[in-house]
Amino acid sequence: MPRLRTRLGLKDLLGAVRARLGIARNQYKVNPGLYCTGTPGPRSPVLATANYKLSFDALRKELADIDAWVLVVDTRGINVWCAAGKGTFSADEVAYQAGRARLAEIVSHRELILPQFAATGVASQKLREKCGFRGIFGPLRAADIAKFLKDGKKADETMRTVTFTLGERLVLVPVEIALIWKPFVLVTLSLFVLSGIGPGFYSLDAALGRGMTAAGATVLAILAGALAAPALLPWLPGRQFWLKGVQTGGAAGFAYLFFFPTGVSPAGNAGLWLWMAAAASYMAMNFTGATPYTSLSGVEQEMRKGLPVQIGGALLALVLWIAAPFIGW
Amino acid sequence: MKDFRYIDGAALLRLDEDACIGCGNCTVVCPHRVFALRGKKAGIVDHDGCMECGACALNCPAGAIVVNPDEGCGCAALIINGWLSKALKRKTKVCGGC
Repeated sequence: MPRLRTRLGLKDLLGAVRARLGIARNQYKVNPGLYCTGTPGPRSPVLATANYKLSFDALRKELADIDAWVLVVDTRGINVWCAAGKGTFSADEVAYQAGRARLAEIVSHRELILPQFAATGVASQKLREKCGFRGIFGPLRAADIAKFLKDGKKADETMRTVTFTLGERLVLVPVEIALIWKPFVLVTLSLFVLSGIGPGFYSLDAALGRGMTAAGATVLAILAGALAAPALLPWLPGRQFWLKGVQTGGAAGFAYLFFFPTGVSPAGNAGLWLWMAAAASYMAMNFTGATPYTSLSGVEQEMRKGLPVQIGGALLALVLWIAAPFIGW
Repeated sequence: MKDFRYIDGAALLRLDEDACIGCGNCTVVCPHRVFALRGKKAGIVDHDGCMECGACALNCPAGAIVVNPDEGCGCAALIINGWLSKALKRKTKVCGGC
């Protein structure tokens, strides 16, 4: 039986940083199966978790001085909540791993403590039918597991309520930006090419000069939508994310035009501003996928309003940007 | 969660109080504390707090709860993919990078 260390080392920290940056995040896994902490016996609690290493680490570091069995189920390296949502953290999978580990022979009781977030994928009544173990939903956060066990497997309202603190929001930002990397390169290259179009056939100088201006605007817009909007989330007026992004993107647009001598005409400036507002709006809207409180119905509802505005804004920005050198203002 | 509220009236969530057996599972699993037991029946006390995670419906032994069954974590990129796939009648993968 592999005994887990309950203190995270430098390697775990570096691994966490890499995963948070989106580097080989899909391969950050541990082997499914049964592990233990301390010296558990047949009456020690069994805690289930996902095989995403960040989830696994979050749990084991809370288990210092606790004798427990840890059942790692195969969620294909996805965290507890997302895996439950996708159906990979399911009653079938938990029962399968419990059977494979011969859990019923190792412990005398028939209780399996699941993270509360697993409830989206695990039907507790079905788990009992499948493997004889009764699923008990523990706290949402691994940080509360010691208190949960100490209090006789009871979780209070705070332990059962999801939060979305500034830190919890900011830690999601790098992956949001990493996922936009490819479209960003494509868009920026196109912007450089388009920026060279002008009355004098084609200008490489303009392609570089105006292209840099447009690329800078794009970088700033991404930061406005994917960093500023999540950071300022509770303070930005309104509830729809695309509108929050218009605010941060619009403000970033004004700042860019004001502080950087862009050297482009008023039409070009208007195009830049529109582009920044539209791009930031999209990035902010995409952040709905990372929050713990937006419903799919709500997101679809706001996208039907936000997407046409974003596409319209971006197209108008494009027209203004290309037309600017021809009309001379 | 009281600090963050999303669009009112958007979430698709229904509880059939006649079918409810009062086991209280929904009050346990909901990460937004949408349900509360009133006597021997569960009730929805914060409909607009619902994010449609589906934990309550899955863990309701009486099948008394219905939540929007569409899959997806609600990121725009995935929803656009889903819409495109529907329009082009293609199969889509469930999730992108999240």
